[in-house]
Amino acid sequence: MAPSTPRLLRTLLPGLLALGRLALATPPAPPGVDPMDIQAPPPPFTDGIFPCSSCHDPKTMPPNPRRRPLEGMHADIELHHGPESRWCLDCHDLLNRDRLHLVGGEKVEFTASYLLCGQCHGDKLRDWRVGVHGKRTGSWNGPKQYFLCVHCHNPHSPRFRPLKPLPPPVPPDRIRARK
Amino acid sequence: MSDDSSRHLRMTRRNSRRAFLGGALAAAAGALATGCGKEGMEAFLQRNFRELSRDDLDRIIRRLEGEAQRKYGRRIRIGAEPAMQGVVFGYALDLSRCVGCRRCVHACVKENNPSRDPEIQWIRVLEMEKEKGVDLEAADAYYDPAEVPREGHFYMPVQCQQCRNPPCVKVCPVGATWKEKDGIVVVDYNWCIGCRYCMAACPYGARHFNWAEPGIPSADLNPVTHYLGNRPRPKGVVEKCTFCIQRTRKGLYPACVEICPTGSRKFGNLADPKSEIRYILENKRVFLFKGELNTQPRFFYFYGV
Ligand code: SF4
Ligand code: SF4
Repeated sequence: MAPSTPRLLRTLLPGLLALGRLALATPPAPPGVDPMDIQAPPPPFTDGIFPCSSCHDPKTMPPNPRRRPLEGMHADIELHHGPESRWCLDCHDLLNRDRLHLVGGEKVEFTASYLLCGQCHGDKLRDWRVGVHGKRTGSWNGPKQYFLCVHCHNPHSPRFRPLKPLPPPVPPDRIRARK
Repeated sequence: MSDDSSRHLRMTRRNSRRAFLGGALAAAAGALATGCGKEGMEAFLQRNFRELSRDDLDRIIRRLEGEAQRKYGRRIRIGAEPAMQGVVFGYALDLSRCVGCRRCVHACVKENNPSRDPEIQWIRVLEMEKEKGVDLEAADAYYDPAEVPREGHFYMPVQCQQCRNPPCVKVCPVGATWKEKDGIVVVDYNWCIGCRYCMAACPYGARHFNWAEPGIPSADLNPVTHYLGNRPRPKGVVEKCTFCIQRTRKGLYPACVEICPTGSRKFGNLADPKSEIRYILENKRVFLFKGELNTQPRFFYFYGV
């Protein structure tokens, strides 16, 4: 999936932009920052879970749009992302499980999930595009990798998870030179 | 006096000092008497990095690489990449995102070859109380809870601020530390006499002294180094953050930027109006640490929210 990502985005994005979704009408990136030039690593899927259609085959598993607690599969997913007003199919597409969708119904690749996040978090999407919010690695003057929203935030529970800090420095009174 | 002419004066003075020493048989005899032979004498007579010709530099680097290899039993490369044209480095750190996990501190140790024993760390992360704001009296660098961020606290990593007006450079009596064209303040470890005036002058505690022979297990040594950066240091010299000169002069991000799990750390070219760093300076709430001292840091703190 990775090698085709930029091309996919390049073909997908202009179409989405042409649709004139409100969320995408965020202030433009500063000149020189090409919003199409996004090299994101593949989303952090659990091993073996993608493509979703390998289980969610409409022939063997007819889609069920009814909002309900999940049992059996995916029961481990706890939705701490506005659970009162939201559930799976607000983001995951009912008919094509290998895609997400925007509020207006346009399908979005998992590799472009930031478009989905940006519908509500437009300010963050804008900052992410110019490299202020989020993480980039690689060259400060050349090719970079842009981490997707979902590399740092679990979309089902987006609060940044606390970390164990690495060890503190040795206090000066306990520093001893080796003999 | 312009920067250049004052440097020239200093260099002339220094050259004559060296010439005197170099000419004096005492120097050579001293070097031989301590049993360090031809190489030792060469090291003793070595000039400041800034005065070295390309040939001298190549020879010296080969000598230093040889010394390091004998000491650590591994091949070590010492680069001398110069500043790039039209590049002035700047750093920005998002205080609203840093969670105080110290990943940056330890990635820096791994990258830059400081002594592990006794321990030297170039980045210090301060834990502060949200209620008090940036208050050094209430800052704790030794926090160690099970998880960060701790309720009611924020975190402020501090490292060399790469000042445009660096007091550490002004006080150095021998010109062993200076500001490069790309803004990085560097130290020539072979020229440093260990007087530690710079440590006293730096208001950020950014400079560190090798009181003992640096203890670095050979397996932990990063063999990709720069003369003015992470090459192995001798005992008795001062060292500090160099914006990972060995990486950034090749276009890479510093090691602390690469590791930070929250993306709090931003780096780039201040001279490029299209860079991330310029966007931050122009669009975010930015503050300088101890700005009232007029050290004019090239390290900026900002609030990304
Ligand atoms: S790695 Fe990033 S989040 Fe962690 S302490 Fe350093 S700057 Fe803060
Ligand atoms: S922070 Fe300290 S060591 Fe770094 S340039 Fe400024 S005065 Fe010098």
